[in-house]
Amino acid sequence: MRAIHPAWAVFEYYLTTYRRVWRGTVFSSFVLPVLFFLGIGLMVGEYVDRGGALPVPYTQFIGPGLLAFTGVQIALMEAGYPVMGGFKWNKTYYAITAAPPRVRDIVAGQLCYIGLRTAVATVAFLVVMFPFGVVSQGWAVLAPPVALLMALAVAAPMMAFAATVEKDTSLALLFRFALLPMMLFSGVFFPLEQLPELLRPVAYLLPLWHGVELCRAAVVGLAPSWPVGLHLAYVVVWVLSGFLAAVARFQRRLVR
Amino acid sequence: MTDSAPLIRARGLVKRFGDFVAVNGIDLDVWPGEAFGFLGPNGAGKSSTMRMIGCVSPPSDGELTILGMDPRRQGPAIRARLGVCPQEDNLDPDLTVRDNLVTYARYFGIRRAEARRRAAELLEFVQLTERADQDVEPLSGGMKRRLTIARALVNQPDLVLLDEPTTGLDPQARHLVWERLFRLKQRGTTLVLTTHYMDEAEQLCDRLVVMDGGQIVAEGSPRALIERYATREVAELRFGADAPLDSYAEKLAGIGERCEVLPDRILLYADDGDAAVAAVQARELSPTQVLVRRATLEDVFLHLTGRSLVET
Repeated sequence: MRAIHPAWAVFEYYLTTYRRVWRGTVFSSFVLPVLFFLGIGLMVGEYVDRGGALPVPYTQFIGPGLLAFTGVQIALMEAGYPVMGGFKWNKTYYAITAAPPRVRDIVAGQLCYIGLRTAVATVAFLVVMFPFGVVSQGWAVLAPPVALLMALAVAAPMMAFAATVEKDTSLALLFRFALLPMMLFSGVFFPLEQLPELLRPVAYLLPLWHGVELCRAAVVGLAPSWPVGLHLAYVVVWVLSGFLAAVARFQRRLVR
Repeated sequence: MTDSAPLIRARGLVKRFGDFVAVNGIDLDVWPGEAFGFLGPNGAGKSSTMRMIGCVSPPSDGELTILGMDPRRQGPAIRARLGVCPQEDNLDPDLTVRDNLVTYARYFGIRRAEARRRAAELLEFVQLTERADQDVEPLSGGMKRRLTIARALVNQPDLVLLDEPTTGLDPQARHLVWERLFRLKQRGTTLVLTTHYMDEAEQLCDRLVVMDGGQIVAEGSPRALIERYATREVAELRFGADAPLDSYAEKLAGIGERCEVLPDRILLYADDGDAAVAAVQARELSPTQVLVRRATLEDVFLHLTGRSLVET
């Protein structure tokens, strides 16, 4: 009889490594987003609010968006280099594959860890935003779970991609040409209506915009563009297809 | 499981990678308590066979049964009872020596307290107790290999797979590893190992197969193989650089049972090496260097494949 699920053992493994490296992650996953919030939300926000074009103060607009983005950023980072390294540098995956966990347990365990990392960072971010009057309703507690789901939606396909790259420059390119545009064009800093009509479908396709809409709804009560269920369903499609792709690519690499 | 059932049974086992046939129809049985070896040069198909046995590489063809189960369908259940020491160390550099064992034990569903207890016991066994709370990276190659062996034992496996356990280690470190493996063998643990070192095979293996080009070319105990494919003794003759060695081969005809010409020396196989050397000298061929030694598995391999195990 197995006392624990093998995916849980993989999750535990990542927690153990996190215990040793967490200090190094505080800046990128917590300090940086808070600086963004303070710098752009408060400083730029003052000018934006003078125009009065937004239904809520700019801090309230950008805060939930940054929360969703923070989750996505952590997820992409954690699903990038660590995954490539698990094949190329530490060879962690090969070690685990020799033990009972199956490939899908490995992918699931690591995704759980990435989800947890995101949840912790977004809860902290929510707490920081509180004194600035960003949080206007109790539904805000749903923002971290939404961010977690967003994290899985981008981490799973990223794991699939990182499992096939041979050079870390490919990952750097992806961060530069996917993460940054996604951040700029997903309604984090300005409403999507500001985008030229031609560009808007890009935002609809990417998972982040849906997360931003949902987080904004949860934290400040702004009605999302689509029904909540539809936003959620679209994100779930990303999670599931990403997971299947990651399992397939891990399988091809580990079981030959 | 009864003692009469083999732990590993393969019939016509094949592994293909595209057009390349890595393992070309091998048959084997490994019995409980045995130390079984795959001897062969790099590329002989040893590691591919080991990966199939380790259930991380599905066989392309043929039958394979491990611990009475089918690796194609029961991989996790089989792996739960295997210990695997891979050729390349894949210890976790982000964890301490102890945590490498404890986290690995968790993959087998072993409770945390029990995992810690086993980790302490195994670190003692591989003589790494003092390093328990240190990082893995500063460990020497021999220590890392011993830690990998300890990790392979954390689930108290029925079968331990060791892929080239001492490749890349210095002689002293090799002896330490051998000594630990010998202790395991004495406890009755079934060991399956690959090696391209004949001395390793002779030291550790009760029985072995010689592999070449994906096939098994001979099988038996080290002693039986030597008796069958070599003579009791071998005279190694070196001559000055003046004449090609092949020309000497003809002049040596009739002395001993046969001879092999290597790039730098001639091996003369005879039951009585000294008598053979005397016969060589009687023909007024004067080798610059003479060494009479007992035949080893290296000679068996040379005879069977016409090549040396380790390129010199």
